[in-house]
Amino acid sequence: MLRNVQTLFEEPACDRNRAKGDKQRRKGCSTPLTPGAAAGGCAFDGAKIVLQPITDAAHLVHGPIACEGNSWDSRHALSSGPQLYRTGFTTDLNEMDVIYGGEKRLYRAIKEIVVRFDPPAVFVYQTCVTAMIGDDIVKVCEVASERLGRPVIPVNAPGFVGKKNLGTKLAGEVLLDHVIGREEPAATTPADINLLGEYNVAGDLWNVKPLFARLGIRILAAITGDARFHEIATAHRARLNMMVCSQALINLARKMEERWGIPYFEGSFYGVPDTGRSLRTIARMLVERGAPADLIARTEALIAEEEARVAAELAPILPRLKGKRVLLYTGGVKSWSVISALQDAGMIVIGTSVRKSTEDDKQRAGALMGEAGNLFETLPQREMYRMLKAGEAGIMLSGGRTQFVALKAKTPWVDINQERHRAYAGYEGAITLVREIDKALSSPIWRQVRAPAPWEA
Amino acid sequence: MATVELSGKPCVVNPLKMSQPLGAATAFMGLDGSMPMLHAAQGCTAFALVLLVRHFREAVPLQTTAMNEVTTILGGFDNLEQAVLNVAERAHPKVIGICSNGLTEARGEDIGGDLKLIARRHPELAGTVLIHAATPDYKGGFEDGWGTAVTAVVDALVEPLPGRNPRQINILAGSHLTPADLEEIRDTAEAFGLVPIILPDLAGSLDGHVADEYVPTTLGGTRLEDIRRMGRSVATFAFGLHVEGAARLIEARSGVPVEAFPRLTGLCPWDDFVAALARLSGRPVPPAIRRRRSQLVDAMLDGHFYFGGKKIAIAAEPDLLLGVSQFLADMGATVACAVAATQSPALALVPAPKVIVGDLDDLERNAADCDLIVSHSHGARIAERLGIPFFRAGFPLFDRLGAAHRISVGYRGTRDLIFEIGNLFLANEGGHGSRDRQGGSHAALADH
Repeated sequence: MLRNVQTLFEEPACDRNRAKGDKQRRKGCSTPLTPGAAAGGCAFDGAKIVLQPITDAAHLVHGPIACEGNSWDSRHALSSGPQLYRTGFTTDLNEMDVIYGGEKRLYRAIKEIVVRFDPPAVFVYQTCVTAMIGDDIVKVCEVASERLGRPVIPVNAPGFVGKKNLGTKLAGEVLLDHVIGREEPAATTPADINLLGEYNVAGDLWNVKPLFARLGIRILAAITGDARFHEIATAHRARLNMMVCSQALINLARKMEERWGIPYFEGSFYGVPDTGRSLRTIARMLVERGAPADLIARTEALIAEEEARVAAELAPILPRLKGKRVLLYTGGVKSWSVISALQDAGMIVIGTSVRKSTEDDKQRAGALMGEAGNLFETLPQREMYRMLKAGEAGIMLSGGRTQFVALKAKTPWVDINQERHRAYAGYEGAITLVREIDKALSSPIWRQVRAPAPWEA
Repeated sequence: MATVELSGKPCVVNPLKMSQPLGAATAFMGLDGSMPMLHAAQGCTAFALVLLVRHFREAVPLQTTAMNEVTTILGGFDNLEQAVLNVAERAHPKVIGICSNGLTEARGEDIGGDLKLIARRHPELAGTVLIHAATPDYKGGFEDGWGTAVTAVVDALVEPLPGRNPRQINILAGSHLTPADLEEIRDTAEAFGLVPIILPDLAGSLDGHVADEYVPTTLGGTRLEDIRRMGRSVATFAFGLHVEGAARLIEARSGVPVEAFPRLTGLCPWDDFVAALARLSGRPVPPAIRRRRSQLVDAMLDGHFYFGGKKIAIAAEPDLLLGVSQFLADMGATVACAVAATQSPALALVPAPKVIVGDLDDLERNAADCDLIVSHSHGARIAERLGIPFFRAGFPLFDRLGAAHRISVGYRGTRDLIFEIGNLFLANEGGHGSRDRQGGSHAALADH
């Protein structure tokens, strides 16, 4: 595993690495976390984010109860069919297992899952404790695959090897080593694409799928969102990869290009401008690789039609949003792509967090906001609270963990992270996001809750 | 009453259990000016935070020592020291509650010793109390972690004190009590002129209030100076078997007698509590409380029709399981399926033929012919699959508002619980609506 982690740190396509010399690059990029001042998920979390939306597979966590017990079924990565991925499976290691090793229990657990649920594959996740006591999950999975006659896939990304970002990349390696390329699709078309890092949170994928259907573009695999195991296994036959979630799976994109000659680009479906840009890029790159040339004209027609529709839908709402100041606290691709979506709606973005973003993300975000906007590497909650309380922003867009900083400052708030219940991707999503912001801003409660009690006035 | 049976599956399917460190950290959140911290990899804290925030709908203070592969091999002392110093400098907590987990326990960290050394090395920590709860997540569950933390707090702060304050009582609250339950307990004790010290007091910290400024630690909760005075109380009420150990420790240290109450839901247990308060205070039961008792009696009379003969399936942490089961049995229902997250002496007291120590899958496989399913929010999908009415109880409750304000203790809480669950039965009773519809179709047939 250590070797695996090292190669990931040396990822040549990563733009942080491109800026480094050879020697520096070999040092890796495991920024040490600060004890007592760290936040965010671990590598196991990241690996699970990427793999769990393979909805017909079983996902078995080999570790003590905390890893799965505290986290299962908490992301809204939706499925249009199988629900097995939402079932929490764990070996729930006990004290005896810690002393004597948990390999036998793990094997029996895999067997029980196969017998009772008959999934096309079982993913087995290593955790800190089982890694420390030296349980060889690779070997157990090998034996189980052989005896049980189906892929049992080890995911060696225990939490303590690093942050969420490292886990997503380790999951990419797992897909390369064990899943992608193991099956051939029934048929291929010159307009087959994969979406990398599209997890179908709140149904994001379903907002863009109809657009592709109208253009005759087929999503061979969303890696992974509303996914099936056999579908991911055929992803190597796509003509093009789009990286949707920033660089979470950059290693996967690069290696798929190396192995199967699939070119890739980074795009986003958040907001009208970026959705259009992404569709255009897909059309152009597919045509370059042999798709019918009229795809480009049809894409332009679709974009024009959709943009007109969005403009008409939003026309009555936008005046209420115009000039309103937004604080954005999120990461990765969203740090820039949501900015342009908000600016497109006439809002002013006063700052965005870039703590989980790449250099490229930062540059894009900075360029979009201009001088008025701040790029926050860290924004302590105390400062965030002060900014909101002082009215420097009229609304905050962030994730669940900072939700209550905004609400306690009596400031409107909209969820744009994984716990959200609304899909924001594509044209339909752009409309939804504006409606959500409008709903939050124009709620009648703000006037009431901000006013002091009569005896305090 | 019940025989206890282990599920015995090699694989847990749909976990019921929450981890020990999570329970301990939540207990530490009931102290004023507190910063709980997991001595573990950072992901443990991230998962715990998300869950706590979804349940309480509050900003929750929780830090991590951010252990990694290398520190796991070399030892976690440096991380622990740096984390304590960072937290002390940035958040100025009065207390840091350090919860170990499977990683740091299995590698045999001497956390107690480490903390002593850290305190000695750094005089700047003089104003910060460091408390350690040993909570490996490969043992026990949420309740056990909670109990361990409460015992650790008592051990660190309660002193042997001479003399008694005749008005002061200690209340050790179990993890199955909500902030609203604690308010009911406090109000009732105060109605007798008693001054309760509640430990831990989530009603002070996580009851959903809006402060005027940003505070990185807990705001509200049991004050440390009050805990130091617990040795002078006239009695310690232990609400929940999992906090009885802490009550016994106060007794051993300062001779405060223990009044153990495994449960507080239902007429008889609250009668006992009220009677104890009357005895300790030497005051008669105030009219308002007598009135509420009468309302509960009336609710039982009105409600018992709908509980009688009903079969219930419950999955919960042990003390909650005991409380809810006993209440339902008291109303005439039968607990047909009882699943506990972990082992506990409480299980033997559950009014059911057997209790399975298992998961929500065990509940699903045994609840098919029941009239009601009770569990935390993860059970909702099971109830939906089985088509059985669902009542939420326990931690986490992430799919409903107001988890902190649900009340199930006392005359009022029990009364409201009867109405709430009774209404679930009533809604599914059939009654006039369905018979009318049936009658209607017969009539339609007769017409033809």
